Amino acid sequence: MSVSETFVRYRRTLSEEPLAIGVILVALWMVWSLVTGLASGGIQISSLASLVWDGLLRGLIIGLAGIGLSMTYSILNFANFAHGDYLTSGAFAGMGASYLIAGIGENSVGALLLVGAGGSVFGGALGIGVTTAPIAVVLGALVAGVAAIVLALAIDRFVYRPIRDESGIALLITSIGVAFALRYLLQFVYGAGVRGTTAAGSVPRINVPAIDGTFRVTAHDISLIVVAAGLMLGVHLLLQRTKLGKAMRAMSDNEDLARITGIPTEQVIRTTWIVGAGLTGVAGYMFVLWKGTLGFNDGWLLLLLVFAAVILGGIGSIYGAIGGGIIIGLTASVSVIWIPSEFGRAAAFMVMIVILLFKPEGIFSGRTTA
Amino acid sequence: MSTSDLRGRFEGLFERDVTLVLAVLGALYLAYILAGVAFGYGLRGQLNSIANLTFYVGVFGMMALALNLHWGYTGLFNIGIVGFMGIGIYVTALVSKPPVGDGAAQVGGFGLPLFVGVIAGVVIAGLFGLLVALPALRLRADYLAIVTVAFSEIVRFTMMSRTFQTFTVPDTIDLWVVSFDPAADTVGLGGGGGLILNYTNPLEALLRALFLWDPYLGFVSFVEASVIPNNPKPVLDGLLYGVVLIVGVGLFYLLLSRTGKSPFGRVLKAIREDEDVANALGKDTDRFKLTAFVLGAALMGLGGILWYSGRGSITPPSFRPNITFFIWIALIIGGAGSNTGSFLGGAIFAGVLYEGPRYFKNLVETAFELGDAPRNFGEAMAGFASLDPMPFVLYTLDSVSQLRLVIMGVVLIWLMHNRPEGLLGHRKETASSVDLARPGGGGSTGNPAAADGGDER
Amino acid sequence: MSETDDSPASESAPAEGAATGEDTPPSASDASTDLTELVEDDPETRAGDDARYAPLEVEGLRKEFGGITAVDDVSFDVEEGTLTGLIGPNGAGKSTTFNLITGMLDPTEGTVRFNGEDITGFQPHEIANRGLARTFQIARELEEMTVLENMMLAPKGQVGESLWRSIMPVTRRSVQEQETEQLDRVWEVLDFFEIDHLADEYAGNLSGGQRKLLEMARALLTDPDVLLLDEPFAGVNPSLEKRLLEHIHELRERGYTFLIVEHDMDLIMNNCERVIVMHQGRILKDGTPEEIKESEEVIEAYLGGEV
Repeated sequence: MSVSETFVRYRRTLSEEPLAIGVILVALWMVWSLVTGLASGGIQISSLASLVWDGLLRGLIIGLAGIGLSMTYSILNFANFAHGDYLTSGAFAGMGASYLIAGIGENSVGALLLVGAGGSVFGGALGIGVTTAPIAVVLGALVAGVAAIVLALAIDRFVYRPIRDESGIALLITSIGVAFALRYLLQFVYGAGVRGTTAAGSVPRINVPAIDGTFRVTAHDISLIVVAAGLMLGVHLLLQRTKLGKAMRAMSDNEDLARITGIPTEQVIRTTWIVGAGLTGVAGYMFVLWKGTLGFNDGWLLLLLVFAAVILGGIGSIYGAIGGGIIIGLTASVSVIWIPSEFGRAAAFMVMIVILLFKPEGIFSGRTTA
Repeated sequence: MSTSDLRGRFEGLFERDVTLVLAVLGALYLAYILAGVAFGYGLRGQLNSIANLTFYVGVFGMMALALNLHWGYTGLFNIGIVGFMGIGIYVTALVSKPPVGDGAAQVGGFGLPLFVGVIAGVVIAGLFGLLVALPALRLRADYLAIVTVAFSEIVRFTMMSRTFQTFTVPDTIDLWVVSFDPAADTVGLGGGGGLILNYTNPLEALLRALFLWDPYLGFVSFVEASVIPNNPKPVLDGLLYGVVLIVGVGLFYLLLSRTGKSPFGRVLKAIREDEDVANALGKDTDRFKLTAFVLGAALMGLGGILWYSGRGSITPPSFRPNITFFIWIALIIGGAGSNTGSFLGGAIFAGVLYEGPRYFKNLVETAFELGDAPRNFGEAMAGFASLDPMPFVLYTLDSVSQLRLVIMGVVLIWLMHNRPEGLLGHRKETASSVDLARPGGGGSTGNPAAADGGDER
Repeated sequence: MSETDDSPASESAPAEGAATGEDTPPSASDASTDLTELVEDDPETRAGDDARYAPLEVEGLRKEFGGITAVDDVSFDVEEGTLTGLIGPNGAGKSTTFNLITGMLDPTEGTVRFNGEDITGFQPHEIANRGLARTFQIARELEEMTVLENMMLAPKGQVGESLWRSIMPVTRRSVQEQETEQLDRVWEVLDFFEIDHLADEYAGNLSGGQRKLLEMARALLTDPDVLLLDEPFAGVNPSLEKRLLEHIHELRERGYTFLIVEHDMDLIMNNCERVIVMHQGRILKDGTPEEIKESEEVIEAYLGGEV
């Protein structure tokens, strides 16, 4: 190809992709203002580190929840708008279990299981925390996963399975109904208030030095990282090493073909829900433990970010979901350097929209599903 | 079109749609009036109840019609409706609120007449429709859904943000040749506190424009003297606003059924069914999708204006995605693809699912002397220990405003399982401006036994 | 199949379309220049004396999908008023070639010319509006639209496709007038294809064969010069196949040009005056049915050396 041809092609790209140019310009501006900010001291390195740390943790939660969404999206072929409410359900059930274990004997079982609905019990008073009540936390996380699995399987049995052959859009609309029913049942049972769940003051913390200051790392940060990394590794091994994992990958690539070649599709679907919902339930619990508050809307508010992560990473790819989650989490946190803090989530959505427009197959495409 | 043609069409219309609409509305209003009798409402109470029902029938009917253009006709999966509604009313407020001077605690507007504000709101909502549609229309339906809902959330974040809470308007604005001095000094979106809608009462503005304001005031004092003593104006205002909304629904219906019953609407339908085919038949599908999306978005803006303009104020939490999903449920009840169905879906949703549960609660509370409801679910369940279901029943009744959303969700699931084409079943609305029967022939169907393809399924 | 009293109408229908439409195949005068060009440019043109005007010319067409070459250096032309067959085993690249010609896919290399104009890389609707219509391999009727709506969709230049014209009081009248005129023609074509009794059915309720008829009727209503039919006989029973062939022959006699993709070799051999054989993305042979039958390489490729 001659130089002039290259030039012509380049010019065509410029005229055909005004948005791409816009994105590049925005990126350049961001780098410039960050560099000048750091150089002039307008942005402190420690506060940047603190934002990055916060974004990373947020991203792990989004990624963990995103694995489940991504799996059901690719294998069942629909965007599950109820996924966020599975997360909330898991969080409530798990926290209820933690409360029960931590506070049994001194408080009524009902109030504990309802996670102190109506201000009857307070998580802080029960000393919920990974160091102060480790057994309650570990069992709580397990209960959260199991509860989300049971819920997801029950909903699949009665809601999605009868219309398995319908289009992805019909299933999507149905999932909006599921989301409504679930979210407001949670509100009915647990109440509308946002409650504090942990003994925030007694969580061990250290201040990590960064060049011009420090940023804070808590025991809950560390436990979140451990749990997320462990579960991600587990899913990796499941998909790579087991027969079932292979079947799942085959099905997400081409369901009809999978069915013809004798892969037990219903069984694969069940496993998908079990793995996906389990991860989501645990993610919900860790989220609540980490941020220290719990409300019936939490999962719904997180859902769009999870969607953003899944789309960014490429639907069906679990590594994509993790990577996408971290990018989205970082975007939502770190973007406040450039834009007002109210627009952190908006920035994450914008990243998603841009990806959808330019690379709808996701940035980690090419290796779908595991 | 000949007179007999016209009459034939009119009669056909009457047989099918008008009767159906009247029957559904009649049943709804009757139920509400009977409920009012049960509550022991006086005339004022009954009229209030009717005005309230009419308001929600009107707004949900309108919004479902607008959504039907996107989803029912064109197959564009827009779940950012509330974003367009919010843009509509916020722009109207910004344009028409009276200006405030420097240092005022409150956010002001540009003080232009209300009709200018309404037009601006509709136009800007349409422009945002264009902004969303230009890049997003080539996306798969589920991606478009996610993009639109993200868009509506971005709109809400913007309304809430401190950044856009207030702006200071320069004292003079130079535009090439013209230079003017806006009266407004501080405008903005008001942040989390929202905006007070202190422009002219929209009803008054409308009636004044039609030179009906004085007759109306005369009517009000007549009613006060003879029927409802003691300030009947709010009641009558409510009723009249209901009438305005119903007229609005009529205009939406007229516009959208004309749109649907035309070659334009036919291409939209074809795009919904199979965009490649429409394209291969020589239709520039992008242009059609863009036009349909912008028109729908503008109508959603207008719907938002009509919905909220009569309120004293607007706040960002009103523009959560829930409203979008309400409108979707309304459309699916009525059946996507049919304009009559959309309106009926809106009316049924408003009367039964949206307002119904509250009436049911009041009805039960009127019928039985009930004590105080327990404060939370735990206390409600505690009754079962002593085999007393009453605390649970009371708690359930007390939580009816949340439970109705559970009911909506369940209804949506049920519809998708059993009646995906809507409660009214499949409705044929032929996309053509003329009757497609064989010209000069008696009816279009020949004998189906004759001349078939030989391989019927 | 029963002949009804509709037949007189059916005979006149497409003739009218072909004779009165503005988009009729270009007359000899504006074809003459192309004709000479064709003869000069293409030394392989068979027997210069009977070379006719070729509205559709494909040259050096090539399409790669991520490293796999689906269509490789395909060149041919389709002469006016002929029935040209494009055959080849599965995966030979026939449908891809169709999609490249009609703008559904963009070629990696090569050009497509239609009536002398380079239409490579045009949008499908731009190509359709120039008079090159197509049908799909698996009939893609618009299911939730009636047969009549399907048919009314097709004609070009409908003023009512502008939103404002359709909704404004005065202009809507002209829309209605045009639709009424168009309706006559729609019914004529329905009669011609003998699917008039299905007019009010939803297209989704038709049988496979009826869908094929509907698709062809619909394509015809766009007033094309050239019709590209992608496996029009797939899944069609023999009696309907016969009827479809009759329709195609009748239309060809009225000046329509056809390019037909098919993998039933006999069908093409017996009905087309010219056959293009594709194999593994390339053109293997281009000639009359007799030439094809005698070609060793075609027999080799097509029958996998069985004969």
